[in-house]
Order: sequence, then C-alpha cells, then structure tokens
Amino acid sequence: MATAAVLQTPDITLDGLLGTPAGRALLSCIQCGTCAGTCPHGDAMRYTPRRLIGMLREGYIEEVLATDDLLSCVTCYDCWAKCPRGLHLTDILLPVVKEQVFLRLREVPPELQDALANTMRYGNPMGESPRKRAAWVDGAGVPVPILRDLGRPVDVLWVVECYAAYYPRGQDNARATARVLDALGVDYAILGPEEKCAGECARLVGEKGLFDSLREQNMATFGKYEFGSLLTSDPHAFDAFRYVYPALGLDRPVDHTTPFLAAHLDALRPRLTRKLGYTVTYHDSCVLGRHNHMHDEPRRILQALPGVSLVEMTHNRDNTICCGGGGGGMWLDTHYKSKGLTRLSDRRVEEAAATGADVLAVSCPYEVPRFEDSLKVLGYDGRMVVRDVMELVAEALDG
Amino acid sequence: MRILVLMKMVPDIVEELEVAGDGTSLDREYLRFIVNERDDYALEQALLLKDRLQATVTVVAPAAPEVDDILNTALAKGVDRVIRVSGIPATSGARATASALAATLPGIPGALPADLVLSGCQAIDDLDGFTAPILATALGLPYLGLVSRITVDPGAGKAIVGKEYPAGVTGRFEVVLPAFLGVQGCEKPPRYVPVAKVRAAMASGRIEEVAAVSGPSVPPLDVTAMGKPQETGHAEMLGGSVRDVAERVADILAARGLL
Repeated sequence: MATAAVLQTPDITLDGLLGTPAGRALLSCIQCGTCAGTCPHGDAMRYTPRRLIGMLREGYIEEVLATDDLLSCVTCYDCWAKCPRGLHLTDILLPVVKEQVFLRLREVPPELQDALANTMRYGNPMGESPRKRAAWVDGAGVPVPILRDLGRPVDVLWVVECYAAYYPRGQDNARATARVLDALGVDYAILGPEEKCAGECARLVGEKGLFDSLREQNMATFGKYEFGSLLTSDPHAFDAFRYVYPALGLDRPVDHTTPFLAAHLDALRPRLTRKLGYTVTYHDSCVLGRHNHMHDEPRRILQALPGVSLVEMTHNRDNTICCGGGGGGMWLDTHYKSKGLTRLSDRRVEEAAATGADVLAVSCPYEVPRFEDSLKVLGYDGRMVVRDVMELVAEALDG
Repeated sequence: MRILVLMKMVPDIVEELEVAGDGTSLDREYLRFIVNERDDYALEQALLLKDRLQATVTVVAPAAPEVDDILNTALAKGVDRVIRVSGIPATSGARATASALAATLPGIPGALPADLVLSGCQAIDDLDGFTAPILATALGLPYLGLVSRITVDPGAGKAIVGKEYPAGVTGRFEVVLPAFLGVQGCEKPPRYVPVAKVRAAMASGRIEEVAAVSGPSVPPLDVTAMGKPQETGHAEMLGGSVRDVAERVADILAARGLL
C-alpha cells in the first residue's frame, strides 16, 4: 500500500528530476499501463502517466510540455496508489511536469485564470474580501476566537480554508465544526482575515510560483503566533501543511477535522443524542482517503450518530472515485466539457444514488458544491442531500 | 512600431467603499487599489499587437499603492519597459492628470513619439472618461475612444479600429498613425501570467521611475460632497407555490392598474 510522506525536495525542477532518487526511480517504470488504466481521465489523455514517463526517458518531454493535456490530471492519487513499482507519480513527477506545462500554456482556461488571480490577490479563489474571511462566525452559535484578538497562545490553530470560510454551504461546515470544537472544549482559535489559501491546488495544477508565494505568506503568519498544532477543514490544505510546508520549517502536528474528531469521539459520544434517521453513504475523498488512508475515521464517526445506518458505494476506500475537483479541477469543468470529458462528480453521484441512501456524506469542502451540482443535473435533487460529516455531527448534538 | 500604454490604479471595490469623515473623499484606511480594468484591456491589446508586429511596448503609470504589482506583471507578460511617474495625486481629476502627463511624457526618453498611445477609455473613478481625450488633445494626437478591436497596417501607417454601438451595431474606423486610442475591450480577455514570472520580474528591478513635470495650471477637481446612493425602494422576493406566486404577481399588477 502506498504511503504518503513529507516531500524532501518539494522545490525540485524538471531539469533536476532525474538527479534525485525519486526521479531516478522513474527509470524503473515497467510501462504496464496500470496508471493509464486507472486514471479517471486516462481514456481522453494523450499523455497518460505511462506515456509521460516513456517520453521523459526517451528525451521527448518537450512534446508533452507543449500541450495542455496534463490539465486533465485532477491529482486523484489513483496512479500513485496503484503503481506496481511503487512510483509515487503524484508526489514528484506530475507536479514538476505540470509546472513546466503551466509556464508554457498559451492560454489559461478562464475559470482557472480567475481562481488563480483571485487567490494571488485576495488569498481565496472566489475573489472575496480578505476582511470577510471570518464573516461565517455570525450564526455559529458559539464563540469563535480570532487568534490576533485573543492575545494568548492556543492549543489548536484551526485553518478554516477558503471553501469553508466563504462558500455558503461550506460555511455550514465551518459553523458545525465550531459547535463541535466548542462541545469538546478544545482550546482553539482561527486566523480570520489573516488566513490565506494554503495553495495546494495551485501547486498541483502547476502554478508553483503562486504556491510558493502563499506558503511564504502563511509561514510568516504562523510565525507571529504560538499554537500547539494545526487543524484544517480542507484535505488539500491538510496535505500541503503536512507534506510540503515542512520543507520551509513548519514543525507542528497537522490534522484534518474528521480524523481529529474521530480521535476525540469518546469524549463527544455522551452528547450525540439526537436521532437523525438517515441512511448515509460516505464518499472517501482522494486526499483524505486514498492519499492518507483515513477511511475508518469518518465511518467511526458516522456509526456513532444515533439513527444513522451506513451503506457503502461500490467504489470505496482506496478504490474511491474522484470528484474531479483536485489539482485545479475545481475550476476546469468548462475546459473539460470543451474537451468532451465526463464530469467525474456525475459518475460518483450516480453510484451514490444507486445505494438508496438519502445522505451523501463527505469530508472535503470541495465536494459539497460538486456533488450538489451533480445531484441537480442528474435529477436526484430531493432524493439525496450532501452533508459534511461535521454537519451531521453538529446536528446530532444534544438532542 | 512603438506602443505606449498608460495605466492607472483605481479603488478595488471588493472592499466596501466608505466615505471619509470629511464627507468629500473615500476613507483610505482599508482601501486597496487594483489596475483599472480598461487599462488592463489596453495592455492586452498592445501585447497582441506586439506579438503580431514585433512592436515595442512601454507602460507608464502614476505612482500609487500596489502599482508596482501591475508594472511587474506587465514586464512578466512581455512588455519592454515600465515607468512609474511620481507626483501625480490620484485625486487630481481628469484635467489635472492629463495636464501633468502631457507635460511629463515628452521628457521620458523613448516614450514619445509612439505610433500608438493606448489607455482605458474610462475608469471607475473618472468623471465621464475625459482624461484620455484631454491628454490626446494636449499631445496633438487624434483620439478615438470606446475602442474594442484594433488592427494595424504599419506599411500604410494606419490602424483599423472597431467600436461597438447599441443594438449590436458595430463601427469600423480608419485612423492615421500616430493616434491615441481609448480602449474599452479587446478580442481576448487579459492574459494570465504565472506568478513565478512575476516574481522574476520583481527580482529584476526593471521599474524605471520619473518625477512628474508640472503642466499648465489647471483648477483642481473640487468635490463638494460624496455619499452612497439613497435607498428609495426594495425588491420583494415572492415565495411559495407556483400558484401563490402567480396570484401575488396578479395582485401587484392589479394594484398598479396594469391589468
């Protein structure tokens, strides 16, 4: 089983790739095509990972870099997980090649361009005011301390991240998380207006310069305060903080809200008294699930909720189906449609609907808008709803 | 072929604009500045012409908060020179700004003469978009504003300019060069440039700085009052079933004598 690890050389370039152990390992690729077969867009890509490695080894990499083919990679970690040679393609090869592809793109698809430009200017892809980043706390129903105002160290710094902070349905997740942290008595605070995007999706779409800029700004902000550990609502930020930021000196423990709650479940269990009466199917996100193998944690939480019965989709755990939102895919739907690609969230929602569940539970804030859109497009609106695990937990509190 | 692009910063309305205590200006405490959108289109148009005609492009912008970001971004996009002009207050008004630029531009080595001078045709802090035509007049150049497409025939020394009018009507004009064009739009939206290239431009330190030269004295813009629009009514959102909404619409129309 592939295991996620801290990137020792996150700033490696394509030129220096074959000079690193991970780069040299690519020479051992047996060209079996498992990566191409498992890639959710592999049937439409000219340069699948297998072919990409072959082109690189034979000195034809410039032909790959001259196309926008690798924009189809949604960094789902499927090739990373299933390579029989254990080549961690999503850790090294794909980011460094995509970086060079991005630098050569003649045109950046408009929605992606807006998201990246907004992230650079405002620290979030929506282009919202940084001053409104903590606006969601109104309606949380519990105090949500902002670290700058608190004026003292905290045990946990909760990095809410962009979709939970700004997107209206994401804010439901943020408010629910605040209620759960309050119920647990966690000593925590948020950064509020000082928080900026972690930048992981920028890195994995190839916009390395934007990631570097955000990483520097975030590290400077973290350096202003004392806190014991980092907690985030976004699996992509979790990955960035846990595996990429350490190279620049981040040395605190990092957790995602779902496994964090799973670890504190026994303390919360006496207060989970409201009977929900839902049949729930859980979607393993590519990052939290396949990359970090955190499959049991969300299921343990869901099974602890009164009146919840859990059913599984055909593709689950490490074999989950990507929602299509990672690696910049969140802002490439129109681009993919113009290329005739299937909307991956539609495939996932079809499978979720086939379980007969009335709730599709998720642990990634990208998935709420993606799956809610697919439910509407596919005609399942009204038969199934999308809820973050934290929303379900908050609903079950103190019945 | 030489192209001069004039750009400026304007208040970024992603933040709520607040009127300062004096009642005549914006509260600048939380104000951020962003490139004037029309100027960004003017830059894109210049870059497209540069790609096609191997033109040299120079960008000039008055000093303002965050202006270095747009100048470095312009360098990263491929312009040849960027120049920051200090000493032109953002609140000068169209006539004073045009006067200062008209006095300053001829003294910047290599900026003028240019075959084409491009700027946005208006800005959100303009009064009716007069800066460009006043400046064109002062520079002795013909001016055509609200331009959305430009092609240049360098051999004939002329530009073919497209303008859009209401009801889908388009106009096509032939302009003898040199000329000053006020850009409203462009055949393509402004391009994205990777942040790594912008950071490289920042590190290069290629922004040139010149001080503004005083032009003929122009009475300053005298703002007597600034305020937010007065609310005079509200939208009413109709809810309920289709029948409920239909009946409510009928009631509203009937109440206004429209049935």
